[in-house]
Amino acid sequence: MNLLDIVAALNLSVVSGEDRLAAEITGGYVGDLLSDVMANSKEGDLWITRQIHQNIVAVASLKDHAGIILIQGCKPAADTLDKARKEGVPIMVTDMPGFEVIGKVYNMIATKKGSDPST
Amino acid sequence: MTTNVLSHETAIYENSFPVEGGTYENAGHVSSQIKALLKRMNISKEVVRRAALVTYESEINICSYARSGKIVLRVTPEHVTIEAIDEGQGIVDIELAMQEGYSTATDRIREMGFGAGMGLCNIKNFSDFFRITSEIGKGTHLKMVIRIDKDFDGI
Repeated sequence: MNLLDIVAALNLSVVSGEDRLAAEITGGYVGDLLSDVMANSKEGDLWITRQIHQNIVAVASLKDHAGIILIQGCKPAADTLDKARKEGVPIMVTDMPGFEVIGKVYNMIATKKGSDPST
Repeated sequence: MTTNVLSHETAIYENSFPVEGGTYENAGHVSSQIKALLKRMNISKEVVRRAALVTYESEINICSYARSGKIVLRVTPEHVTIEAIDEGQGIVDIELAMQEGYSTATDRIREMGFGAGMGLCNIKNFSDFFRITSEIGKGTHLKMVIRIDKDFDGI
């Protein structure tokens, strides 16, 4: 299952990194504390957050995340969007609350990987 | 008498990168550069990830608390050494600052998802050797060493 499958299933709007949606998704991370995300997320994770400032691009890029989903109608700041486009980091936005987004993404990954995608 | 083993190793790369204090505009810029450099040196992914993380946290600290600073990268065949040296207010109580969850961050910093009191702990946890010294009113000096293990590329 790749990022494009998740975009389609959750009806996400892709605002940057449109050419990187083929990335295989095997896990995700949820957090708004950047140090927590830096320490605990993994390469290839789909990061779900409501932070919108440009440092999210630096974190996603340093951690080699597959992309960032901004929840609850959060839109990336203008400089965030510029940076994400320049660095080819996919940012997707949705009006859905985080709980719903996370549940849906988790289930999609779980059905592809077994009952516990964290293992 | 103490000897510094690391200083006897021949550096294959050494460079200093300036970091601007008081703004997050370019935060992460040095870490990205260092990550790309280390990748090009064919250093294992795990070492590159750890070096990028400790550099990023150091950059954020300089952006948040210092007037200005620099990151010094030194690579030898055995180690990646990163130093973060800033001119700033310094740290009053280092022991307290090293406690997970303790932070002197302003609301503005916290709103951006920084200042959770995790930065220095992350730096310590992701380094093999870590040293912090600080002088009030002058600045803070962090030194992080990550061992390059050619046989181990993380779990």
